[in-house]
Parts: sequence; C-alpha cells; structure tokens
Amino acid sequence: MPFHIPEPSEYPHYAVVMKGIVKQFPTVLANDHVDLYVRAGEIHAIVGENGAGKSTLMNLLYGLYTPDAGKIHINGKETLIKGPAEAIKAGIGMVHQHFMLVGPLTIAENIVLGEEPLDSWRFFDLKAAKKRVRELSETYGLHVDVDMRIEDIPVGTQQRVEILKTLYRGANILILDEPTAVLTPQEADELFVVLRNLTDKGKTIIFITHKLNEVMAISDNVTVMRLGKVTGRIPISETSPRQLANMMVGREVLLRVEKAEKKAGEAVLAVNGLHVKDNRGLEAVKDLSFTVHQGEILGIAGVAGNGQTELIEAIAGLRKKEKGKIELCGKDITHSSPRDIRELGLSHIPEDRYKHGLVKEFPVYYNILLGRHYLPPFSKNGFLRHKQVYERAKFLIKQFDVRPPSILMLAENLSGGNQQKMVVGREIDYQPRCMLVAQPTRGLDIGAIEYIHRTLIGLRDAGVGLLLVSMELEEIFSLSDRILIMFEGEFMGEAKPGEITLEEIGLAMAGTPLAEVRKTEAASAGKSETTRVES
Amino acid sequence: MDWLRALLDTITNPVFYRLTLSSATPLLFAALGGLFSEKTGVTNIALEGIMLLGAFFGILGSAFTGNPWIGVLLAMVAGLGLASLHAWASIRFCADQIVSATALILLAQGLTGFLLEPIFGQPGSTHIFNRVPEVRLTFLGKDTFLYKMIGTLSPFVYIAFALVIVTWILINKTRLGLRMRAVGENPEAADTLGINVFKIRYFGVMMSGILAGLGGAFLSVGELGQFSENMTGGKGFIALAALILGNWSPVGAMWASLLFGVAQALNEQLQSNPILSIPSTTKPLFNLLPFVITLIVVGGFVGRTRSPAASGTPYEKRG
Amino acid sequence: MSKGWQRIFIPLMAVVIALAIASVIILFIAEVPGPSTGNLWNDFWNQIGVRFSFLGRAFQAMFEGAFGSQFAWMNTVIRMTPLILTGLAVGFGFRAGVFNIGAEGQMAMGALMATIVAVNIPGLPMFVAIPVCMLTGMLAGGVWAGIAGFLKAKTGAHEVISTIMLNWIASNITNWAVTAPFATGSGTPKSPEIAVGAKLPILFSIEATFLSYGIIVAVLVAFVMYIILYKTSMGYEVKAVGFNPYAAEYGGIQVSKNLIMTMAISGALAGLAGTLESMGLYYRFYGTLTSGKGFDGISIALIGQNHPLGIIFASMLISGLRTGSNQMQFIGVPKHIVTIIQSIIIFLVAAERMVRTIMGWDRKKKVKDGLAKSAS
Repeated sequence: MPFHIPEPSEYPHYAVVMKGIVKQFPTVLANDHVDLYVRAGEIHAIVGENGAGKSTLMNLLYGLYTPDAGKIHINGKETLIKGPAEAIKAGIGMVHQHFMLVGPLTIAENIVLGEEPLDSWRFFDLKAAKKRVRELSETYGLHVDVDMRIEDIPVGTQQRVEILKTLYRGANILILDEPTAVLTPQEADELFVVLRNLTDKGKTIIFITHKLNEVMAISDNVTVMRLGKVTGRIPISETSPRQLANMMVGREVLLRVEKAEKKAGEAVLAVNGLHVKDNRGLEAVKDLSFTVHQGEILGIAGVAGNGQTELIEAIAGLRKKEKGKIELCGKDITHSSPRDIRELGLSHIPEDRYKHGLVKEFPVYYNILLGRHYLPPFSKNGFLRHKQVYERAKFLIKQFDVRPPSILMLAENLSGGNQQKMVVGREIDYQPRCMLVAQPTRGLDIGAIEYIHRTLIGLRDAGVGLLLVSMELEEIFSLSDRILIMFEGEFMGEAKPGEITLEEIGLAMAGTPLAEVRKTEAASAGKSETTRVES
Repeated sequence: MDWLRALLDTITNPVFYRLTLSSATPLLFAALGGLFSEKTGVTNIALEGIMLLGAFFGILGSAFTGNPWIGVLLAMVAGLGLASLHAWASIRFCADQIVSATALILLAQGLTGFLLEPIFGQPGSTHIFNRVPEVRLTFLGKDTFLYKMIGTLSPFVYIAFALVIVTWILINKTRLGLRMRAVGENPEAADTLGINVFKIRYFGVMMSGILAGLGGAFLSVGELGQFSENMTGGKGFIALAALILGNWSPVGAMWASLLFGVAQALNEQLQSNPILSIPSTTKPLFNLLPFVITLIVVGGFVGRTRSPAASGTPYEKRG
Repeated sequence: MSKGWQRIFIPLMAVVIALAIASVIILFIAEVPGPSTGNLWNDFWNQIGVRFSFLGRAFQAMFEGAFGSQFAWMNTVIRMTPLILTGLAVGFGFRAGVFNIGAEGQMAMGALMATIVAVNIPGLPMFVAIPVCMLTGMLAGGVWAGIAGFLKAKTGAHEVISTIMLNWIASNITNWAVTAPFATGSGTPKSPEIAVGAKLPILFSIEATFLSYGIIVAVLVAFVMYIILYKTSMGYEVKAVGFNPYAAEYGGIQVSKNLIMTMAISGALAGLAGTLESMGLYYRFYGTLTSGKGFDGISIALIGQNHPLGIIFASMLISGLRTGSNQMQFIGVPKHIVTIIQSIIIFLVAAERMVRTIMGWDRKKKVKDGLAKSAS
C-alpha cells in the first residue's frame, strides 16, 4: 500500500499536517512548498542530507522560524505557531540536536523551567517540581536522578531529560532532531525502546535523521527531502535503504570509497602512555599508546566526548600533556609548541573549523597563509610578500575547487563545504608527513564528502600517515586501514575494518573491551548471525 | 612597633567598625546591582557611571525639594535611565558591552560635570544640602562602644544588608530567579522553553541601574550631603571586583564588600592615626591601596570563581 | 553602500548624531531668558530665537577656538600630538582584541619616568638625551600596560578592570611624586624643569606658543604602525589573535605572548604620548599633564576605526573639539560638553547596529545571520 495522502476531512486523524510550507533564506530556498503528513501515534522519520531543509521544517513547526507561506494543522485544527511558547501550548515538544540544557541547574530545575510550580506564597516550589518529575519519569520509564546537575550527567541521560522536558509540558507530538548522533548503537537501541513506549502511550514522534538503518529500524512512515523539496514519502514496510538513499541524493550513491591495499611503512607518529586533562580538569585521555605509520589511515571510532578532542589537541600542541611521550618522525614533540610541531611535518584538519580552522574575518588568501605567515616564500625579514601569497592562494583555490574562486572574499562568506575545502587545501599544501584529521566532513553535502574522502586516500597513497577521528562510523569504516575504539579516554580494542561487525564496535564504543565482546560472542556462537561490514 | 600600636589602636576604636560598614555599603549596593545584570548574562562595567549619576541626582533632588529621600528616589530613576541605555544597546543592538558601558561612564562624568555649574552655580562641587538622617539607636546608651559602632549608621547601611537577603531569596527561591540563572547560563535553552530572554535581561540590567543608583545616592545624600566631580573614584570597579571575589552570589558579594570596607577603614584610620603622624604628602600612597587590592583580586581570582556562562555575549534570536 | 564606505560612514554618522544631541543640551542650558512681553506665544518664540542664537554663538566660538586662526590651528595641532599617540595605543589594542582603557595611567607613568631621567641628565647632548628619554617613557608605559597584559594572559583578568585600577594607582603615584620627593616650587604640584638637552626642538612658533617636533614623531609612529599592521607578519599575528585567538594558536601563534606584547606596545605608545608632552610642551611633569588625553584615545581609535590614517583625522577632530571647547567655556558652555559628545560617539560606534538600523542597512545583515545559523 503506498503512502496515503489525506483529504482535509481526514486531518483530525493526523497529529501534524503541514501544507505548502515555504521558507526563503537570502540565498537559499530552505523549504519549497513542503507538505508533511504525520498520523497520530506513529513514528514518522524525515530523512535527507545536510541542507535538505529538514531542520528548517521542524524549526518552523516548533515556532523558532515563521514560514513565508503555508499552513499548519495540529490534530486537525489549523494552528498559527508564532513561537516556542505557542508550539508548547499546541502540544508540540522538541528535542534539539544540541541539547538545550542549563549546566549548573539540576535535572528537576531544567525540566520545570518555564513552567515552574509555585507554592502558596508564590515562591518557586522545588519539592513539588521534584515530585512531578519523579512521577513522569516512572510513568514513561525514563529514569533520572532529579537532584543531579546537568553538567555532571552523561549525554544519554541528558537526552532523557530533554524528552522529560517535553512530556512535562504535556507534549503529545515529539520532534527529535538527529537524536542518535551522540549515542552509541546500543544507547540508540535503548532510545528506540523508549520511543516505542511513548507511542504505545499515545504520543506521536517525528524523527529527523540521515542514518537510513535507523529509519528502517524504528519508523512507521518516512518522508524524504532533498534541496528543500519532498522527494518521496513511503511506508517503511515498502522501501529499502537503497531506495531511500536514491531519493535522498537523486542518484546512485557511492557508499564506499575505492581504496587499494597498501603496505604501511615506517612509524611517523608514536604516542606512548599519554595522559591529558579536559577543560574541567578531569582526565580525558588515560594512558594511551599507539603508532601511525607512513601510508596508513588509523581511524579512531567513538561517541563524541570520549577524549578524542583532547587527544588530537594534545598531539597538535594545543593542550597540555600530563604524562607520556609523543614522537613525530622520531623526534620528541611532547612539549613542543604548535609552531615547532608544524615545522616538523604535522598538519591538522581541526574538528571545529570555525573555532580553530579559520579566521572568518580574514579574506581567503590570509587564511591560506595561517601557520606559514612567517616562513619563506611568504615572508622575508618579517615583511609579508603579498605577491607570493596571492599566487599560492589562487593555485590552491583552483586545485581544491573552492567556490566562488575569489581569494579576496572573506572566509565567513564562503559556504561550510568551501570553507572546509579551503582548510583541507591549506593543510595538504604543507606537504605534511603526518596529518591529524578530525571530523573532516561534518556538515558537508555528499559531493564535498566524496571529494575530501578521495583527497585523504590520495594522501595515504602518497605515503602520509593519517590519524582520523570521526563520529560517523561509516566514514571510519570506509577510510581506515586500522580502527581503534575509544571510550572514556581509553582504547577498547583494535581491529581491521573487514574483521569487525557494527555490533561489536558498538559494544566497544559503549565501554566493553573488544576482547571481552568477542569472548562472549564465541560463547554464544551459532546463536545469532552477525552481519560483517565489508571494507 | 609604632605600626602595631597604631593597628591595635585602630581596631579597638568603634569608629573603625562604623567606617568599615559605611565604606562597604556603596560597594555592596553596586555589587548587588552588578549581580542582577551578570546573572542574566549582561556584563555591566558602567556601575561606576551609574553611581556617579545617582550621586548627582540624589543631591539635585535634595537641593530642589529639601527632602533627601526625594533625592534618593531621583537617584534610582537616574540610575535606571542610564542602565536602560546600556540594556538597549547591548540587548537590542548586540553592542560590545564593555565599550558601550565605557561610553556610559564617560557620559555620566560629562553630564554631571556639565550640569554642575549651570545648576549649582559653581564648578567642582556643590554646597552642602540636607542628607538622609542617621538611624540613632539611643537605647544602646550614648557612650557605649556599641553605640559608637552601630548606633549612628545611615539607613542605607540597613537597606544594603537587607537587600542581600532579598536578593538571595529572589535568585534562589523564586521563579524569576530560576529564570534569570537559566538566561545567564544558556539563553538559547531558556528561549526554547518560551522564556523571554530579552525581558529577563532588561530586568536584570535595569535592576542593576536602580541598585547602583542607590549606591551613588548613599555617597552624596546619604553620607556627605554634597556632590563633587568624579566622587565615586573607582568604587564601581571595586564593586565589580567584590562581585568576582564573592563568586557571583549575594552573600559572597557582601563578605567581599566588607573586606574592601575593612581595607578602606584601615587606610583612613591609619593615615590619621596620631601615633604614626604620617605627612599629608604621602597620603596618595595610602590611597592607592584599595586599587592594588582590587587588582590582586581580579588578577588572582578570575578563573577560580565561576561567572555566569553567557555573561557578556549578546543573544540573537533566530529566524 | 559598500562595507568599506560603511566603515567610514558609521563613525561619521556617530559624530553628527553626537553633535546634534549636544546641541539640544546646549539649547536647554542657555541662560538667556528673553524679555517678557506678557504674551506667552511671543515669549515662547523669543525664547526659541534667543536659545538658537546662543547655540549658534557657542558653535562659532568652538570653531573659531579650534580652527579660526593661525593661533587656534597651532593649539589644535599641539594637542593632536599626544592624541594621535593615545589613539594609536588604544587602536592597536583593539586590533589585537584587547581594550586598553588605561592609556591615561600609562601616559602618566611614561611622562613621569621620562621626566625623572630628563631632569637628571644635564649636559648630555641632544642626540643622546632625546632618544634616551623617549625610550624611558615608552618603557615605563609599556611595563605599566604589560602588567595588565600579563594578568590577562596568565589568569584571565579582564584588561578593562586591571588597566583602570592601574590608572588609579598611577595617578596616586604621580601625585605623590610631584608633591613629595620630586616636587619643586609652590602652587600647582610640579617637577623641576628638564635638562636643556632633553627638550625637543621647536618646529614652529607664534609669540610664546610653540609647536615642537613631537608632532612629526607622532605622525611617523602612525606610519610605522600602518606598516606593521598591513605589511608584516607581526601585524598578521596581532590581527589573527584579535579576531580569533583559537585559530591563531592553531596556526602556531603564541597567543599569550602576543597579548602581553600587544599591551606593552600599546602602553609604550601611550607612554610616548606623555613623554612628548613633557619634553616638547611643558618641559616638566605636572599632576594634570594627562588630563583625560588617554581617555580621548578611546573615542579617537573608534572614530578612526583603528586605522592609523583614520586615527590621525580623528585626533584632529577631538583635538579641535577640546581646544574649541575652551572658547565655548567663555560664553557659558562648560567644556564637559566635549566629554558628553565623545561618550555619545563611543556609544554609537559600540552599538553600530543602532546606526545601521537608522540608516536601514541592518536588514541585510540580519538576513545573513539567519543564513549562517540555518547552515550550521
């Protein structure tokens, strides 16, 4: 049975109907006459690439933006949503991709914020707040300790707090924006159980994602978006990941990067017994040792926030090392400055390009210069040689296909993908012997991702050693020669991409050492079949 | 030895304690004001200017009506006015809060200096006008130590310390306080829950204007009955240091203000102590002490205490 | 209107709005009640007429005081010397992302230290004495600001609070110096006169008023600043740290070293401003030598948009306002009006979106923000 498009008379059976939604941003038509039909009590997935307009659509539904055209019906009633307050009143709750929680406040305080219970003296009634939160958490099986501060609880619990927040406000329609991005596969499974629980109790769930396996696993119906338009809507029972991928991208997707077998050479980066602290002074990297060789990509898999950022920053010289030793091409760089480390042949594609990778107020050619502004041929006796800088910048922009190809443009005016290409181009132009690559494709569209993946493979084939950190398991699997799995600052094991299953890696990412995972597996061998991920 | 004797002489003198309390009072008003503003996420280094304007309008009210309390009211209104400008620039127009506050300090200095002569007929400082009478606790007995210590305090002192309690309750025990803390830590989160970030921030900054205005009023109609040019002399900044030292809590700010009060009282008492007989020419060297202490506090305690996370960053609504 | 033009136009608009507000204030304080005619309507118009003619006279006096004669011009240029330098001091700080509000104190410390040296080197030839004194003043100012830079780099203390505290400390120290150990004569506290060799040569003079070579030094410094900011890798580092310290550090630039150095250079410029006042104008140190010239640097830097050439023009404007205000004072407008004008200018430049909104440029900016947010 194909997806049923309801008549207006059927709208009362639908939790959300969005009709002809248009939202124009200055250079992008983010939503171009989008229709969305979500039946009451279902889990409805919205899938699409980055920039397809799915988050915009949900922000419109939640009142964070106002649509330029179109109508919204909630439970059959046409509703004008001017802001989050009205969305809440209409029974809509949203769990944002970046959690909207106040760190120093407790769980109970966070949940009741904005609709606080008052006592008879009109003071804030913390006791009543805690009681109500406890009741809610029991009703829906979302267990939390109401007195803990948000800054002290793990991400998975924070997400539960976010869901409780919407339930506390009486939400019947829950929007979840990329809810699994910060979870391990197992935590994601737990979340799915919670979501099923919620629909059993009559709630409706709208689920935004770009991970197709999740769509298949959890949702009832799916709406696919591309470039601001709906390209398909279909019941999940009648589709396949491949078909969804086609609708998402508009062409056959190359899910794998071609990569030749290659023998790794000498060690270029050797880390030994490294200890690093995070910004709060807690140990984030605990006694790590590993080696990156010439011509190999060493991938580090893990859920965000398990010490990857600190590890990379420590190697790049941006963070203090508590203990341990780092060697680059045989030279001790444990206590060297970022500048010295760079000069020894290490370049770095940073995790957060806005924060570390570029100066947005600088034009492109000045950004190309970053890190080499004092070196010949760009500098002589302390003076900049603008002619050489211009020429190099023009060359790189052309080679890395940065658009628009203007070296005088301010970096902030480039799109995210082009900024990233600029950063990647600059870092490759160092002709490094070793490269730190953190989240190289975050937020990019498929075209740019393919380009950057091919470039990284090219570097590896040219004999550079790469250390890759990514939250996208698919990226780790398709690029790496070896994979290390990181959990709370420690390695849970090492594997080759062809020799480990998604399930195994998921358990390891959640804190079970790989050896143990395999032991239990061996014990229960034959019971269940596991799918091997091809390399 | 002379120094020790002078010190002993000072701390056994009830006047020392009286001075401590009255030196701490303007700092406490301004520090509480700063707290309101910073808790909601707007830094307000314009406290210095707000106090100065408050001091001026305090005297203006007293001079024109003869009633110092009208002056106090006027000071609060003036403080509110200047703070509203700061709020408007930093909330509505996302201005650089430090630079805009600097402009307002200059504005207060310029405006008070400018109006002084046309209104009061002489530059530099005004005549002496009615000031707020002290609260005389005669039941303590006229000549007792206790009476000399706290028997003749300005009502401002009581108000300031009462405000510590009121502020504490407001911040920690009310809905508004919870929302203020949320807005100062994560305005986006508060916004998504339908809390009006701008309104809360306006409230915080405007409260800071009223409180710092009161602090300024204490300096003029509360203590001296007179206004003189730039009479705040850096107290607004010292109050900021007290706020930092007090870890952005009302009670902490109180202790920090008292500490600065002790420093000020010691300074004044030692300078005029007959045992030491310090020549008038070296007095400037004593007067720089509070500033050195502030510098040490700001240099040594920032980072160890925790400011509201969003303090100083403008909030822009999306869409 | 292009971005570049807006950069010039916004401060100009700020100046115009500030002058307009100042005019309103002057209209109010005009102490010239017209003769009562018994007719309210006529009285009202009389009042208006009298007040506006007062305003006219006030501005005329200001203009004449600043640019109306050769003599006025000379006074304006004399005052420009320290203002160019304090403007550069604050502007250089802004470029590196620090707000040096302590130019006043650095200027005082620079002037005091240079004067102490200059008084104590009689008989030294000019070509030794002058550079020695200038370097002393720059060093003193640099160290004084360097304290704030050091505190910011090492403990995160906000430079605004620390430099203000350093201003008060400097003012107490210099007051003490000229009342006690370093005092001379009676009346205004002042230091002894500096040695002949340390006096800057005179470029130009009318009767008893003279302009020293200090102005040439100030303009040269502005030129050097331009070269540093736009042509050297050091300028590149300063700007990178100012815009994005994280990216700067990632690019191998030592942020804390850069911060301390920037503050020190900024302080050295302010110190030089004080030194030139002592060596080229007063020939001694006065407690009132700085008299707000350090604070003037803030509005100058903001009006000049932290560009050396802009700073030179802005310092001429502020200098003109300052010298002109002395004339204005004669007809009954307190010279504090200049402080008010400056505060409004600073306020408007800080809240430049206010000006953009008035001009209707803000729409575009807002839309762009929305886009950036939606893409992230």
